[in-house]
Amino acid sequence: MNGLHDMGGMHGLGPIQHEKSEPTFHEAWEGRVYAISRAMGQSRVWNIDASRHHIELLRPADYLRMSYYEKWLERVIALLKNRGLATHTEIETGLSAPGSAKATPALSAVEVPAMAECRGNFMRPEADANARFALGQRVRAKNLNPVGHTRLPRYARSKQGAIAHHYGIFVFPDTNAHFLGEQPQHLYSVRFAARELWGEEASPRDSVYIDLWDSYLDHA
Amino acid sequence: MSDHDHDDDHQAIPSDPALRTKALESLLVEKGLVDPAALDALVDAFETRIGPRNGARVVAHAWVDPAYKQRLLRDGAAGIAELGYVGENHEHLVVVENTPNVHNLVTCTLCSCYPWAILGLPPVWYKSAPYRSRSVIDPRGVLRELGLELPAEIEIRVWDSTAEIRFLVLPERPSATENMTEAELAELVSRDSMIGVAKITVPRESNA
Repeated sequence: MNGLHDMGGMHGLGPIQHEKSEPTFHEAWEGRVYAISRAMGQSRVWNIDASRHHIELLRPADYLRMSYYEKWLERVIALLKNRGLATHTEIETGLSAPGSAKATPALSAVEVPAMAECRGNFMRPEADANARFALGQRVRAKNLNPVGHTRLPRYARSKQGAIAHHYGIFVFPDTNAHFLGEQPQHLYSVRFAARELWGEEASPRDSVYIDLWDSYLDHA
Repeated sequence: MSDHDHDDDHQAIPSDPALRTKALESLLVEKGLVDPAALDALVDAFETRIGPRNGARVVAHAWVDPAYKQRLLRDGAAGIAELGYVGENHEHLVVVENTPNVHNLVTCTLCSCYPWAILGLPPVWYKSAPYRSRSVIDPRGVLRELGLELPAEIEIRVWDSTAEIRFLVLPERPSATENMTEAELAELVSRDSMIGVAKITVPRESNA
């Protein structure tokens, strides 16, 4: 979707506020939101792509106003509701509806040390997928404007680049985010010259490397 | 009327996120969906164990062991796994090397992708709209804003983390560090240098 989250190349969003000696979490509730999101992620009721998409679905004004973990909080609430794990009333009251089923947590404390830094394996080497591009080949990012989730940023669309790395076959976010299957595809790093992306004002030496799936690309 | 119909048009006045989180956690515990001890353990892991010191050890080891550096640059995930960090099958990591002619900068314009496994959770500025928006269109201006002025002849490569590949910058080893141990070198490596928004400086020894 052509949402506010797709910010690459925008101006006017203010100075970068770099904080010296930043804590992992500024407030205790942020850590709880982070942990709840990770623990629920282990339940496999949703996936990382659906999860990212639910941040994109926040109202644009809220997206800009909310802090990072406020977005995570509203995102996990939306996912719980959309996947039928909690109702609006339950969320607002903090109490489960009378007679509702009791689950077993997907993640126990003893499992945490082994999973805390593991995001999962998104590579699908055994999947049946054709690599349409080879290292060094010139490509053009398609001008795609899907209303759903995509990882093809707007600033790269219709731009020409070259295949810089071939990573192998990976889960395709555009379908996975909508629970339409992983539909794995080949994934490449594509090098775009800064001048191709931003015009003659950009440095002739600089470039941006963007990871793009096979179906995002055409031969140039 | 279902809850979903209700939600769609209902803009609740946002309440205090701390209270809202507390209510959410108690609901999920009551439903048996989360174990509070697992939440404690997750918070603790990121507050005490998983952070930029891990990345710093990887960098320092690459500086002192050229064969390791080559393996790390060829396969980042296997490279960090060699040092005992989560790697193969759990993380897709690419390590990019800064040289006298090339400077690498990592960003995520679409969300906030960051190499957690080796740097911990990203700082607020990395996840913020100003950095995400301008890192790709004006990397030199962004670096200048963060205190790093790069000469025009240096090539800048910006890595936009649009997939599940994560990027770690291998910064240049500063000069006059030949006599330092690997552990001392690791102390020099800042988080920001591994994102690519800073160079590594050696603090001047005091002769007191």
